[in-house]
Amino acid sequence: MPLFISSQTSDDRLQSKVREISGENFQKCYQCGTCSGSCPMVEHITAVPRRIMALLQLGQAEALAEANTPWVCASCHTCMVRCPRGIDIPKVMEALRQLQLRGNVDRVRPESMAPEVAEGAPQIAMVSCFRKLTS
Amino acid sequence: MKISYYPGCTLKTKAKNLESSALACFDALGIEYDELERWNCCGAVFSLSDDDLIHIVAPVRDLIRVKESGHDTVMTLCSMCYNTLARANELMKNDEEKRKTINDFMDEEPDYAGDVKVVHFLDYLRDEIGWDKVRDLVKVPLTDLKVAPYYGCTLLRPSDVAIDRPDRPAVLNDFLEALGATAVDFPSATTCCSAYQVLGAPEASLKISRDILQDGVANGAEALALACPLCDYNLGKRQDAMIAKFNDSEVPIFYFTQLMAIAFGLPMDVSHFELNRKSALELLEGKGLLAKAAV
Repeated sequence: MPLFISSQTSDDRLQSKVREISGENFQKCYQCGTCSGSCPMVEHITAVPRRIMALLQLGQAEALAEANTPWVCASCHTCMVRCPRGIDIPKVMEALRQLQLRGNVDRVRPESMAPEVAEGAPQIAMVSCFRKLTS
Repeated sequence: MKISYYPGCTLKTKAKNLESSALACFDALGIEYDELERWNCCGAVFSLSDDDLIHIVAPVRDLIRVKESGHDTVMTLCSMCYNTLARANELMKNDEEKRKTINDFMDEEPDYAGDVKVVHFLDYLRDEIGWDKVRDLVKVPLTDLKVAPYYGCTLLRPSDVAIDRPDRPAVLNDFLEALGATAVDFPSATTCCSAYQVLGAPEASLKISRDILQDGVANGAEALALACPLCDYNLGKRQDAMIAKFNDSEVPIFYFTQLMAIAFGLPMDVSHFELNRKSALELLEGKGLLAKAAV
């Protein structure tokens, strides 16, 4: 999908919010794609982490909101330990999640979880899932 | 010196096979410990938002309990608890501003500055006990057992709390070799199993977990050894769904402590194999390792 880019299309507020919540400077990213090559979820995400960083640099709020990437990210930190620019990408993903969750949004609900998956799941799965994907 | 042991929420129930086998090994190794009094859930994941300090309070409370007990070290068995407690500890040690905010907020607790040492059983074995002592205690060497060491994420990442080199860890390999088993290197040893996304994105999760198992088998492993109850769920219990969907063969999964208990010749009941896949016991039986173990 082509992106229209101008000084008018950059959402400065989104950029500063992500910087504030994550504490990370995503402008340092030089688009090498090591994160995307390292991501275990790469088959299942609609925008690879490299693209997420590019969209953030351009302040593309709409495209970022559409991407499922932060919601499929498992915070495994593989991208972070390999990033040659030292960017804590999981913190950036967390900020993108928080920006939506803080609008009182829940991405998972206990009643809609598949019972065959939820029933045997250990406590740490429940606690971490609700911590990450609910408001 | 006596240490504190932090079980965490999963080890008394769903991962009883991890706790019970580990505690029996503590005794065999002469590790003196007290279960931490009034421990609370660590929160399972460390908060990654700079402005969210409230979720750091729970793990810090646990660390204060350790200090109160008079011990300077707290040991975990669950990888996720290790990660959360260790990261909270690093934050309290290194971030002056956040330390002050958290200490001020917990005005009923003594101030805490990250002075407790957080360890996982694996790095404690390597650094404090030593592989020689482990080797000396082996009564039933796991000869001919080809096990892929699966590290997962939270013992190795991020780097500041890693118990070993994040890119090329050795501790679980060395552990297995000390028990007499053959450690099978495989590329997915540090690949995430999808963790809690088993609940958020179950289909994607199943594929990722399956790829890890298949990779282990393709490299010659007969079983996987791991340390995390969530990895155990994704790679172990979820095999039912893999078998139904892909007609896969069973891959036995062990907690590393269960293999240690078997190798030390400890009574079988400490390992609670009823919580594992049946294939785990069958593999040990087939190798003739159970006949030599104490009943």
